Amino acid sequence: MIGLMHYLVVGAILFVLGVLGIFLNRKNVIIILMSVELILLAVNINLVAFSVYLGDLVGQIFAMFVLTVAAGEAAIGLAILVIYFRGRGTIAVDDINRMKG
Amino acid sequence: MSYAESLSLTLSEVILAAGALVLLLVAGWAGDKATRLISWIAVVLLAVAGLALLGPAGAAFGGQYQADSFAAFAKVLIYFAAGASILIAPRFFQLADGSHMGLRAEYPILILLACVGMGMMVSAGDLLSLYVGLELNSLAAYVLASFMRSDQRSAEAGLKYFVLGALASGILLYGISLVYGFTGTTAFDGIAKAYGDGVSMGELFGLVFVFAGLAFKVSAVPFHMWTPDVYEGAPTPVTTFFASAPKVAALCMAIRVAVVAMGPAAHQWQQIVIFAALASTILGGVAAINQTNIKRLLAYSSINNVGFALIGLAAGTQQGIAAVLTYLAVYVVMTIGSFVCVLQMRDAEGRPIEAISALAGLSRSRPGLSAAFAIFMFSLAGIPPLFGFWPKFLVFDAAVAVGLLPLAAVGIATSVIGAFYYIKIVKIIYFDEPGEEVFAANNNVVETGLMLLTALAVSPIGYLAIPVLGQLSDRAAGSLF
Repeated sequence: MIGLMHYLVVGAILFVLGVLGIFLNRKNVIIILMSVELILLAVNINLVAFSVYLGDLVGQIFAMFVLTVAAGEAAIGLAILVIYFRGRGTIAVDDINRMKG
Repeated sequence: MSYAESLSLTLSEVILAAGALVLLLVAGWAGDKATRLISWIAVVLLAVAGLALLGPAGAAFGGQYQADSFAAFAKVLIYFAAGASILIAPRFFQLADGSHMGLRAEYPILILLACVGMGMMVSAGDLLSLYVGLELNSLAAYVLASFMRSDQRSAEAGLKYFVLGALASGILLYGISLVYGFTGTTAFDGIAKAYGDGVSMGELFGLVFVFAGLAFKVSAVPFHMWTPDVYEGAPTPVTTFFASAPKVAALCMAIRVAVVAMGPAAHQWQQIVIFAALASTILGGVAAINQTNIKRLLAYSSINNVGFALIGLAAGTQQGIAAVLTYLAVYVVMTIGSFVCVLQMRDAEGRPIEAISALAGLSRSRPGLSAAFAIFMFSLAGIPPLFGFWPKFLVFDAAVAVGLLPLAAVGIATSVIGAFYYIKIVKIIYFDEPGEEVFAANNNVVETGLMLLTALAVSPIGYLAIPVLGQLSDRAAGSLF
């Protein structure tokens, strides 16, 4: 029987993967965007699992809001990435170093 | 409460949102020719929204939105800062952008939309409206940071801000999902009730994640690393905005979450806030010493200032919250003033200069600007005759009142360290030999007026405002308890 705990563990694993993806990845900014989406998906799994467990709809509505905002966020992130690529000709994470300190 | 009544309570947000959308249409039809008009209408809209705050208080939309004097206080500061950042922008973009296209019409609109988000943040009575408001503000802010598209540093600032901001939102959301799961509700009063019945392990985890996300948004140490880069890379008017309005909004949101939603768990979050306050004041004070870029230095200064404000929150009492609000009011004025001074640093062609060394001997060529710089630096350092001293005194007083004596002592010590780099700038301006760099003259009435106004407000004349400011912030803090 798959219970609440299983979902929470999956959510936690996805969340940690997402955070690690942001910090460990040295290659490509697109991967960072994917990691951010992974974090938001982890949150959604949590919200929906709790919502079903509690028998309360708020969590599922919250998940819809998160999905919507995540779409907007991805759009803006990609737009900024395009501007950045136009100026620098690269999206490698190690090259983002115009400012140091 | 009927739908119409709820809408009337959110009048200031309705004005800003509708206004921004209409202006977006105007911008779409008329293009960048209309920037000037749109900017002024945006400022008028902010003023009208400010007046709308005088309306009745209450909870709208089933408690999702709280219109109280706390939110009103924060919103006045936010609207003032936003208006100032709109007014100082046109000249900067006209001169700084290599293409000489001038300011694009989207700038004031994005600021208005960010203001809607910030208004939601400080008025949120539910984790859902808090999240939506926060994202509305953040999404506009990411675009603003990379607004100077041809400038590589601006694009990089936008990218960094986006990645770390999205991570912060993710962490906050994860905390929200845990809080929701273990308390069974997203409404602040329900959460407070659940935390009042004892804090379970899951609730504690949720609290920690939520506070980590909030610390990111207020740029408190250890989640401050984006601040210097974003402040340096973003165009100066945008940096002015970032350093003032979203800081107020994020701190006020943190206060509401801490006091209203998680008040019964004060003992738990106090430890987090105390750590963040200590680390921010220390790092903000020490790391700024070696900076050579004035915007980077002001970024560390803002981290330092957030630390002081968090000392007031750590106290957790009504007196402490009132002190934070006073602190924010004075901080916003000081920050806007110092950034307008930074805006005056431009070479003969109008390109911005950001090196601190370029200020050498400024007092001989520009005595007025030098005096303003000196006033803001002394005020940021918290040297007594200037108004910057008063809010620092209030937060330390609030911390001592609840027995957080070591915290106040460290705060005072780091304030002394901070004074070193503020006064170093004054020394460079007044006592160093002038270099060959000569700043272009300032012939802009708005910038001069803003500089004069803010300088007067933080000068000893500001002390006349204490009774009013004290009463207002006291009432605002009182509406939370």
